[in-house]
Amino acid sequence: MTDMAARAPIDTAKSTGDIVRNSLKRRYAAERRFKFYGLTAVCTALAFLAIMLGNIVYKGHSAFVQTNIELEIYLDESVIDPQGHRDPKALISADYGGLIKASLRKKFPDVRKRRDKKALYKLVSGGAAFELYQMVLADPALIGQTVAVSLTASADIDIFNKGGIDINLPESDRRVKDKEIRWLETLRTAGAVSIDFNTRFFTAGDSRDPEQAGVLGAVVGSTLTLIITLLLSFPLGIMAAVYLEEFAPKNRWTDIIEVNINNLAAVPSIVFGLLGLAVFLNFFGLPRSAPLVGGLVLALMTLPTIIIASRAALKSVPPSIREAALGVGASRLQTVVDHVLPLAMPGMLTGTIIGMARALGESAPLLMIGMVAFIVDVPHGPTDPATVLPVQVYLWADSPERAFVERTSAAIMVLLAFLICMNLAAQILRQKFERRW
Amino acid sequence: MSQLAQPILQDEALAALDAAPNLKISARGVDVFYGAKQALFGIDLDIGSRMVTSLIGPSGCGKSTFIRCLNRMNDIIDGCRVEGQILLDGNDIYGHLIDAVQLRALVGMVFQKPNPFPKSIYDNVAYGPRIHGLAAAKDEFDDIVERSLQRAGLWNEVKDRLNEPGTSLSGGQQQRLCIARAIAVSPEVILMDEPCSALDPIATARIEELIDELRENFTIVIVTHSMQQAARVSQRTAFFHLGDVVEVGETEQIFTNPRERRTQDYITGRFG
Repeated sequence: MTDMAARAPIDTAKSTGDIVRNSLKRRYAAERRFKFYGLTAVCTALAFLAIMLGNIVYKGHSAFVQTNIELEIYLDESVIDPQGHRDPKALISADYGGLIKASLRKKFPDVRKRRDKKALYKLVSGGAAFELYQMVLADPALIGQTVAVSLTASADIDIFNKGGIDINLPESDRRVKDKEIRWLETLRTAGAVSIDFNTRFFTAGDSRDPEQAGVLGAVVGSTLTLIITLLLSFPLGIMAAVYLEEFAPKNRWTDIIEVNINNLAAVPSIVFGLLGLAVFLNFFGLPRSAPLVGGLVLALMTLPTIIIASRAALKSVPPSIREAALGVGASRLQTVVDHVLPLAMPGMLTGTIIGMARALGESAPLLMIGMVAFIVDVPHGPTDPATVLPVQVYLWADSPERAFVERTSAAIMVLLAFLICMNLAAQILRQKFERRW
Repeated sequence: MSQLAQPILQDEALAALDAAPNLKISARGVDVFYGAKQALFGIDLDIGSRMVTSLIGPSGCGKSTFIRCLNRMNDIIDGCRVEGQILLDGNDIYGHLIDAVQLRALVGMVFQKPNPFPKSIYDNVAYGPRIHGLAAAKDEFDDIVERSLQRAGLWNEVKDRLNEPGTSLSGGQQQRLCIARAIAVSPEVILMDEPCSALDPIATARIEELIDELRENFTIVIVTHSMQQAARVSQRTAFFHLGDVVEVGETEQIFTNPRERRTQDYITGRFG
């Protein structure tokens, strides 16, 4: 009806006020609809984000705590150090696993069968022997005494203890059998089972045993890689953007360069990985799996993003500022360095952080240059073999062990925390550089 | 002054300088092209030393284009080409003897919209002397800043807040700050491209007073859309129309007794 009225030829008797008033309802309804659609879109996006984050936190929060089992262990001198020299070389080769096993046998003397004993030994992590060794190494005076040691429980026991395994399932479907549950209960009533903060997750490198695996190696690898990426791509990107925007003549060559930069920004990242493999590893012979090469590859990938964002930031600086500087006789370089760059810096930093965030989350190009290798040691420098957080997530997500599921989610949380820290740093820098006029 | 009113031939420009000691800038046959479009057609114009020359004319007539030729601000516009000859004290400013940076230190400019740097008031004024190395010690800079702000009539208003951003000032104060910034490098010529068009009448009056004081020491070329302003502040006036100078003369003569019909029509408001 209202449409009909609106389309009718304008009645000269009707004043503009009437015509406008008649159309108001329809116009405001359109506005309300539009607002509603926008709000719906925002809410949907937030809901998806909440589901994703909730899922990650729900799955991953349990990885931040770890079940420990306290055992009375007799540190037998005849096993650890038969010569009595306290020589570190001798200490390392001792059979600490045997001591733990002896302690467990003593605790459960009724376990006789070979197969049961094997299951009993698996209550504690295979890495517990190493923990014991480190304890003895730190304090050799303990040798010959009986000490209460809190040892990391094995992954399945840990998950069961944290409530991750449904006890009502038939025994054959469970990773943790009834007898293991009985042993655990015995230990629990003795007060030997505790759940503590999982410091190992933040201080260890990767491991085949989920309960021994940590993200530190990946965090250090990511940090080193990103530092190299930043050191290369930030100055190069800004220099390129300043030259193209402020100095380069506008001709066909610069047009071609601009088109190519825009195209490069859209190139799939794995292509950069292949390029890195061909150029940095095969041609220049740089070390495989190294953050140095990872940083080079990610810098190549990030450069176009930084150049494009920096050029946009430079373009948005009002021309009046350039005219003012040139008008008092500043050279072009002085104009750029003294006035244009400071004003463009917040925008450039935003572009850089977007590029760096993408680089932080990138795994595909790093697979190509060998950063997907299983690396236990925490890297000490940019040429040490390393992996990065997203690749670590990928590796763990690919592992069959149940306990790696929670660690995958926990590693994602660490990755997100890393990202948030980077964004915060960028925000602080932005505010520092921001000038109002 | 009557000598300046006479058209001088291009190759006689240097001789004319001897003949007219107060000739500061002389333009001969200046053509300006923006790409293929020609904006100025053979401008011949003389600008006298230590006086105010105003350029009037309807929008798009080329006044601003011309004034921007005088300190080579058109260089930064892509596709802009300047032909002809502009002499500053007898030196061709588009020749190889004078560099654009050097020229702009001699020919300062104040723009239509106040454009202080987003820095402190002090740094705004001190920037020019700093990049040109006109002062070395802190107290020399302090001296230049104070003197420039005083000449721009802004000192008393800002002396207690020199560290506040220049952008925190009002529009009229900002424009006077821009004038202070321009005179801080002690140029010989100051170009003003509609310096009051963004200001209210009170701020405009202050700027006009200032222009009147500044002509003691500087050669001033001002582009204005206000005929009253041209009449108030300038000694000589050039009327531009369609990229050409229609008439140049003493301001009084242009406004009371123009020789050209088009000038008459414009100043009486029949077009423009």
